[in-house]
Amino acid sequence: MMSNQDDHSSPVVIELSGVEKSFGSQSVLRGVNLQVREGRTLVIVGASGQGKSVIIKHMLGLVRPDRGSVKVFGRNINRLNRKEKDEVRQNFGVLFQNAALFDSLNVYDNVALPLRERTRRSEDEVREGVMAKLGLMGLQEAIDKYPAQLSGGMRKRVGLARALMLQPKIVFFDEPTTGLDAHKSNELYRLFYRTQQQLGYTAVIVSHDVPKIFKLADEVALLAEGRIQGCMSPEDFQLSEQPTIRAFVEETMGHLYSSDREESNFYAQV
Amino acid sequence: MYLLMEKIGSGTLGFLETSGRMGLFLMRALTSMFQMPFKVNPVVRQVHFIGARSAFVILFTGLFTGMVLGLQGYYTLRKFGSEGFLGSAVALSLIRELGPVLTALMVIGRAGSAICAEVGIMRNSEQIDALECMAVDPFRYLIAPKLLAGIIAMPLLTAIFDVIGILGGYLVGTGLFGINPGAYFQGMYSSVVWADVEMGLVKSLVFGLLMVWIAACKGFYLHMERSGGFGAEGVSRTTTDAVVLSSVSVLVWDYLISALLL
Repeated sequence: MMSNQDDHSSPVVIELSGVEKSFGSQSVLRGVNLQVREGRTLVIVGASGQGKSVIIKHMLGLVRPDRGSVKVFGRNINRLNRKEKDEVRQNFGVLFQNAALFDSLNVYDNVALPLRERTRRSEDEVREGVMAKLGLMGLQEAIDKYPAQLSGGMRKRVGLARALMLQPKIVFFDEPTTGLDAHKSNELYRLFYRTQQQLGYTAVIVSHDVPKIFKLADEVALLAEGRIQGCMSPEDFQLSEQPTIRAFVEETMGHLYSSDREESNFYAQV
Repeated sequence: MYLLMEKIGSGTLGFLETSGRMGLFLMRALTSMFQMPFKVNPVVRQVHFIGARSAFVILFTGLFTGMVLGLQGYYTLRKFGSEGFLGSAVALSLIRELGPVLTALMVIGRAGSAICAEVGIMRNSEQIDALECMAVDPFRYLIAPKLLAGIIAMPLLTAIFDVIGILGGYLVGTGLFGINPGAYFQGMYSSVVWADVEMGLVKSLVFGLLMVWIAACKGFYLHMERSGGFGAEGVSRTTTDAVVLSSVSVLVWDYLISALLL
């Protein structure tokens, strides 16, 4: 989206170095190195169960790495005390995989929660802020509904409204379009694009939605076998000669042919 | 032999881990109760949930407990020709023992299980993670109001239980056995002292704290349960554990407090 910018001009806001993590005997991350640059959109792709969400949880400081470090704005998030961690997290907005809405609160209260708990605004100001965000997401009709009464797409939009409530600097999206049809995912992507233009946040997206998600990405990183196999622009990613990346691209987007002969050979084999 | 030692070792480690976690949980919950700005609304809502909505159950059990005490007490006291002490017998057993304990057990069944399930489901569906990521302290937002409400509601419910129980004993004593109403209350008046009420109060405060502590902590650390706290089954198992553990702890602490204060 902003690929006209120089890749290395903007400062690094999140940096994972040598992050290793096992759950029980299962080793998930085996030395992840990854950088997120300010104002840009990083998309992490990879097969299911490779630990993409685990990477996001490390960035959020919800999971502690067994080895390696996670630095957010230059501070090692696992060495911070609770107050300092909260200071860092004030800059975060998160859209969880299943939206993680508070199911005993209605849509309005869900979106209002960050304002009520984190700021000292009056109820009128809260209302103003909430209605503006819900308007942006096209959710004015749903304010009295509870999460259980919403469709998957609406839930994600409420989640996005809540994540963006306090003008975050970094927004994390964990599988934002899983379970949505093509139309609904396009709608969510449009909202993402529009809000990012408006608020200029850095985005980290974990997604399965290849190749569509490439249109939003400034950089694409492939996670496989517990490591980042490469992090590059979507154009480079799709043409990469790196075997793991090439295998992933072919698996998700179909076979790539470097020549007509190769193509006819492929069909001859089928 | 090796297997046995392994089991003992892992059991001990598990016990220590759980105790440590629960201790830290309580510390954080208690300190977050005093964090500013203090919000009254969530506490009132929780007092309504734990307290007001348990009132009917407490009235009912209190009344019947008092009536049974009247019945049993009368037959026992009659053997010694001291039916006149029925009032003090009923009142003392209610205020010092049965009131706090039975109230706590009833409220654990009603509200403790609900607290554990609610917090557990929030953990399972990433709602607690969501709070943390919003830099909203889940202890302050979620746990502290419940803990405070437990400490407020339990003594009040116990008081209701005591009063209605004494009334139940009165109904049976005077209605069924023709005990003099004045004697019933006079006996009570002269034998119940402030120390008895104090003991009941201390117990109910401790039980209120115990109930919310155990229920909320079990739910909060659902994902760390050794038996695996996943999905609906994880929530149901953990809720059962929480109810059993808090009921047993109530009885243990009941003994300890009685032994200390007597």
